[in-house]
Formats: sequence, C-alpha cells, structure tokens
Amino acid sequence: MDWAWVGENLGRIRGYALQHLFLTAVPVAAGFVLAFPMSLAAIRWRRLYAPLLGFTGMLFTIPSIALFVLLIPVTGLGPLTAIVPLTIYTLLILIRNTVEGLDGVDPDVREAAEAMGYTRGRRLLGVELPLALPVIVAGLRIATVTTVGLVTITALIGAGGLGRLIVDGFTLFFPTSVVVGVVLSVAFAVAADLVLLAGQKALTPWRAGRA
Amino acid sequence: MELVAQLLDWFTAPAQWTGSSGIPVRVLEHVLYTVAATGVAVVVGLPIGLAVGHTGRGGTVAVNTTNVGRAIPSFGIIVLFFFIFGIDPVPAVIMLVALALPPIVTNTYVGVRSVAPAVTDSAAGMGLTGWQVLREVEIPAAMPLIMAGIRTSAVQVVATATLAAYIGLGGLGRYIFDGLSQQVLNQVVGGAILVALLALATELALGRVQRLVVPRGLQARSRQAALDAKLT
Repeated sequence: MDWAWVGENLGRIRGYALQHLFLTAVPVAAGFVLAFPMSLAAIRWRRLYAPLLGFTGMLFTIPSIALFVLLIPVTGLGPLTAIVPLTIYTLLILIRNTVEGLDGVDPDVREAAEAMGYTRGRRLLGVELPLALPVIVAGLRIATVTTVGLVTITALIGAGGLGRLIVDGFTLFFPTSVVVGVVLSVAFAVAADLVLLAGQKALTPWRAGRA
Repeated sequence: MELVAQLLDWFTAPAQWTGSSGIPVRVLEHVLYTVAATGVAVVVGLPIGLAVGHTGRGGTVAVNTTNVGRAIPSFGIIVLFFFIFGIDPVPAVIMLVALALPPIVTNTYVGVRSVAPAVTDSAAGMGLTGWQVLREVEIPAAMPLIMAGIRTSAVQVVATATLAAYIGLGGLGRYIFDGLSQQVLNQVVGGAILVALLALATELALGRVQRLVVPRGLQARSRQAALDAKLT
C-alpha cells in the first residue's frame, strides 16, 4: 500500500466516488419509478405477474458485462450505456418485493380502511404502502447493494466510478489503486445498505424493536 | 445495420471456428471455468449447507456471508489476484468458487430448515436414523431450493468468468476485452452475444436438471425457489 499516493489523489478518488454514487442512485431511482407502476399493474391484473417476472428474470440472467457491451452500438461509450442495463437489473428485485409487500398486507386491515371510507388511491398511499414498506425497502437494499457492485464493472466501458481505480491500477501496474477501489466500493455498499435501513426505520416508527 | 453485417462476417469467418482463439475453444474454456468452479462449490457447499440445516447451528453466519458476498466487487478481486498470482487460472477459479458458494450454502440450509418439523419428527418416529432422515426426507424436500441455489451460482459464475479474460486468461471474455482494446466493435459485440447465450443456456439447462431431480409433488415450489434464489 502506498499511502502517500492515496493522500495525493484524494480529489480524484472523491470524484470517482461521486460518479459511483450517481451511477448507483440513478438506476435504482429509475428502476423504482418503472417498477412501481408495473407492480401495481401486476396486482390489479394478476395474469401479468408471472410473465413480468419471467421476462425481467431472463434479463437478469444476461451477464452485466455482456449487456453493457451490447448497448455500446446504441448509446456509445459512457454513462448512459451503464445506466440502462443497471436500471434493467433492478426491475426483477423491485417488482417482486413491491408486489409481495403489498400482497402481504392483512386483508382485514384493507377491509377496515375501505369501511372507513378510504378510496382505492388513498388506501394505497395511506394504508397499504406504509405497511408494505419494510418489504419494499428490503428490495431496494438488495437492488442498491447489487448495483454498487456492478457499477465497478462499468469502468470497463468508460463510464467512470470507483471501478476506474481498478482499471487504472491494472493498466499502470499499481496495486494500491486497485485496493482503494475495492475497499471503497465495499464500504459504499455497506453504507448505502445502512442508510436505507435507517430510512425504513424512520418511516415505520410503529415497528420499533422489530427488524 | 452495418454492424449486423459485420457481426455476420465475424460469426461466419472460417478462422473464427478453428484454432486456439476460435469460438469452440473459447466456449470450452468458459464452460471449463464454470464447471470447475460450480462443481467445487457444490462439493464444498452442499455438505456445509446440509450440516447447518440438519443441526440448525450456524445458520445466521451462512445467511450473512451471502449478504456480505454481494457487496464485494468480483472485478476488483480478479485484478488483485492478478497482482498476487499473475496470469494463473487456478486463483481465478478459486475466486469463482468463493462467489458460487454463498447461494449454494444458503439455499441448501434454508431448504433443509424449511422442512416441517412434524415431517422429520414422524420420520424419526418411524425409526429412521439421523442420516436416513437427511437422505430420505430432508434432501428430497429441500431439492427445489438446493437446485435453485446451484442454478443461481452457475449463472453468476458464467457472468464473472468473463472478467477472467481481463487479466489475460481465456474464455469468451477475450473477445470482449481484446475487441475493446483494439477497438473492433463487431468482435466486442459478438463476444457479448456469446456470453449472453451461454448464461441463458446454463439457466435453461439447469432448469431442466431441476425438473428431473425435484420430486414431482414439489415442482410448483421449485419454480418459486428458482426465483427466490436469485434475489436472496
């Protein structure tokens, strides 16, 4: 380990870390924006659910490096080529957990809300969604941690992020850079996981003491 | 459209199908890495998962390892291994084994654990020994999850084995990385298509195996397990 190098390159490392944050946050957010209406549709029209999982599951099977590369002819080398596949990968996890979370709401609670005069939309936002939140956030956590790991690979197609430290370290034969890239990437994944968990706990105070 | 023509050229060039960098050899290398890594992971992980599941001890450790594993960027580990061991397929395969282990151990453990206690109790009550309960009751009942774990691992290994080519090893990743450094787009995309096809073929082939080895009464559960294994 060459600590002096780390000190001299803090600015560059911070830049890569910020890119990593961007390349993680955008796909997870975009994935959620896409997955949420799809999940509602799958709950409304049950027959959609199995094909939806089958299709997103098939996409999930395609190795990330292959999907990134397949997009190069369409979107060129750069962040967009990373963001589209990363978004696609989050869909399976997010749809599954959103549907299972909303399905898990006690039917009695749903009926009680209806009896109290809740419309379908208000019942969803005010009753079902808060109760399903732990399962939905569990999905977001898996999607986020997976995405953080995959973003390191996007450096190979010129997208940036902490993977750049790994690529540069390999090209220049400089292990310190690789170690920094790996360690920060793991730290990033753990931190993101804890932030989401804390967010879920803050939003579901009635569950205090439970997971 | 020009790219489609170039891709056709790339796939149909006779040189592409012979020699040490031809498609058959690259596919074989890739399959060899995958079979070696997944095979070792099954031999090591299955007994661990069964032991943990049967005795009920150490389950939390097994599950947590899976969660930690997801956060470790395999691409970085492959490059680190290059600095430590040079261009050597053995450490790369060991890394792939480490990647393949958690889904196998966790799913086997969860599969054995989720067998209803009433079932194992009555098996024991009928005079079956611990081993017999494991062999005749727990393993068949856990088969959907065991196979789902193996399937998930194998597909992940196919994907990650691609990265081995980055440090100079063989496999289909060579087309992608050689093509990227020489800026030959049809080769890069051709390689990616082959990798994607191999991953899908692995998923489908192991799906077939799963249908063969899972007891008939558990087939419906088996499909659910295949999905869950990808996401836990």
